[in-house]
Amino acid sequence: MKKLNNRTRTLLLTALLFVLLTAIYACGLLLSEDAVTGSFLNAKQPPSLSHPFGTDALGRDLFLRTLKGLSVSITVGLSASVISAVIAVLVGMVAAAGSKRADALVSWCIDLVMGVPHTILILLISFALGRGLKGLLIGIAATHWCSLARLIRGEVLQLRSQQYVAVSRRLGKSGGWILTNHLLPHLAPQFFTGLVLMFPHAILHEASISFLGFGLPPEQSAIGIILSESMRYLSTGMWWTAVLPGLTLVLIVLLVDKLGECLALLLDPYSAQK
Amino acid sequence: MEPKNEALLEIQNLSVSFRMYEHGLEQKDLKVISDLNLTVFPGEIVAIAGSSGSGKSLLASAILGILPDNAALRGHFYYKGRELTEKRQKQLRGTELALVPQSVAYLDPLMKIGAQADGHYRPRLTEKRNSLFERFHLPKHTQRLYPFQLSGGMARRVLVSTALLTDARLIIADEPTPGMSLDQALEALKMFREMADEGRSVILITHDIDLAFEVADRVAVFYAGTTVETAPASDFKAGPRALRHPYSKALWRALPQNGFEPIPGFQPYAGSLPKGCLFAPRCPFKTAQCENQLPPVRRLRGGEVRCYYGS
Amino acid sequence: MALEAKNVSFRYHRRQPWILENQSIRLERGERLAILSPSGYGKTTLALLLAGYLKPETGQILLEGKPLPKSGLCPVQLIYQHPEKAINPRWRLKRVLEESGELREDVLEAFGIERAWLDRFPRELSGGELQRFCVARALMSGADYLICDEISAMLDVITQAQIWKIVLEEAKRRNMGLIAITHNRHLAERIATRILSLTKPPLPPTSF
Repeated sequence: MKKLNNRTRTLLLTALLFVLLTAIYACGLLLSEDAVTGSFLNAKQPPSLSHPFGTDALGRDLFLRTLKGLSVSITVGLSASVISAVIAVLVGMVAAAGSKRADALVSWCIDLVMGVPHTILILLISFALGRGLKGLLIGIAATHWCSLARLIRGEVLQLRSQQYVAVSRRLGKSGGWILTNHLLPHLAPQFFTGLVLMFPHAILHEASISFLGFGLPPEQSAIGIILSESMRYLSTGMWWTAVLPGLTLVLIVLLVDKLGECLALLLDPYSAQK
Repeated sequence: MEPKNEALLEIQNLSVSFRMYEHGLEQKDLKVISDLNLTVFPGEIVAIAGSSGSGKSLLASAILGILPDNAALRGHFYYKGRELTEKRQKQLRGTELALVPQSVAYLDPLMKIGAQADGHYRPRLTEKRNSLFERFHLPKHTQRLYPFQLSGGMARRVLVSTALLTDARLIIADEPTPGMSLDQALEALKMFREMADEGRSVILITHDIDLAFEVADRVAVFYAGTTVETAPASDFKAGPRALRHPYSKALWRALPQNGFEPIPGFQPYAGSLPKGCLFAPRCPFKTAQCENQLPPVRRLRGGEVRCYYGS
Repeated sequence: MALEAKNVSFRYHRRQPWILENQSIRLERGERLAILSPSGYGKTTLALLLAGYLKPETGQILLEGKPLPKSGLCPVQLIYQHPEKAINPRWRLKRVLEESGELREDVLEAFGIERAWLDRFPRELSGGELQRFCVARALMSGADYLICDEISAMLDVITQAQIWKIVLEEAKRRNMGLIAITHNRHLAERIATRILSLTKPPLPPTSF
């Protein structure tokens, strides 16, 4: 068999990552609540064949809880980054295509949001909206659009000064026509790459806010909750309660990050020929 | 052909191809330069004239050994009679081989001109640089400026002086005169003439054929990735009867001052080159032989031509 | 009836020097004017002003006595020097032509465009071939005036002659007004009925 070229390899890797993530998500979703209700007979067991990640102080299977937690993470990550990316595109285009004043306002907002540390802002928003999934989602979505918006703004500004856009205008095409035919298709790669690269940020924020107790409620199987519960038992030697779920979270983040890199590689015309 | 000792640079049967994606995941090799031959002697200016986007600039990259990763190279370079290997290219690049790039975009925008021109030489060549700048009528404070502060003309002179600073024996100038009128360009190219008169050699890559005629000693006509004719510049001034290849003759006749009469057809694509002579599909004198077999390079009346029938 | 620039001045910023000062040009329909000057003399700016891409700071651009239309199809069309920049790199070339009107078989014939090119992307064609599309796009819009800004400066001389042959034939057939901006005196003499040399250098002569 001949050596696969780079584009094929990247495409296969992208597909593999996608399938893996979907599988984890589906597993967590399909698990019933019963599967994660434990019995005290099984409490505090180290990892074994029947419980790969061990069990916690209440006898719940940590592997299944982690899976469930990850699917919550993926839900939060996906929705937050989609909302964020859509905001970024809209805001970026308003800044670039609108009046100078709109641009100044948007740029000021971007600087403002970027100037405040993310975690604090998410904490405040999540807390103000009564915690839970909704607060967390809005908090993450409201803080992550800035850098992508700035990127899109620059891209649109540059596109608008292209000769072919000027020609189109003199051929009598309207602003809307130019937007949908010339500008938006050029933004698609930025949008998708930005979206995927935002995803791991969102997941990590979800976990850390829940860990601090300002995010998801304690009865939910979320990675942040699992980690924060494990803190109480770490000193008694139950290392598996923190290490294994934590590592899985890191693994997911790395996978998604790799996926984003692959996408960027496929969509970037400069690296596309290698 | 044996590599000749007196030639500074000899290029034999150079081919450059690129791996490109054609449809979706299929890759294809695109031959951009095919079987190119060129000889450069010390103290002469050789112009390579051809339409822009036809791969001339890649020739410069190939000589310097700075082709992109997805390019593959076949053929031989001989520099001062010895094979120019990748390792030697790396040694000679910036010392004996120098490039005058197309535009200021090749300068580091965040670095002052003086430090940039000095490059990596230690001790710094400040004195030599000052005298060079003076010779090119660049004011003394130029060295403290950033690239964006230079006017187009100054930038060009800075680019040329960076190449000269290196004691390079062979200077490759890639489209050094875009948008200049013939008079301006000739003025600019005086520098190259001076360099050549000092015994250095210059390869002048240009799409402006008028310019090539005026300043070069010899002109190589570049067509579809190869040189179809190399001839003394005086032959190009003399007219089609002094020229050897039907394409060069067609070029001459298409000049506005001569006839402005184009021949029909287009240059073939890198992906779909004809089997035989690259010019055959457009040639009025083609025969079955031309269509099936690439003609070899022949020496003819002090020039070289890649045609069975050129006379 | 004519395209006219009346005492036009332009600069990109109030603190920058004038690129054009008090320039007046008049072009009748059916006339072919060559503007001859080396780079940096504001001729590209003049082209952009005449085709309505830029607004003059003072003075007026008049078409048949009226200002150029602000929106809608402009009867003055401009062809740029670099066709690869004037065509959306993500569009197939068929779409490029259709941007200015319905595609007709006789148009392809007249502009020397091969059918096979229509399904390709711009990067797969050479500059000369792309320039044909730019010419065809400008002429298909039904323009009355055509401004050619160094349209053949980057092409080899055979392609240059091919393209100008097409442009001149169409201009004659439709009695168009044509402005050709070039630095090549021989070309100007060959294509124009009148030659104008821009002489006032905008910047101190730091160039060679």
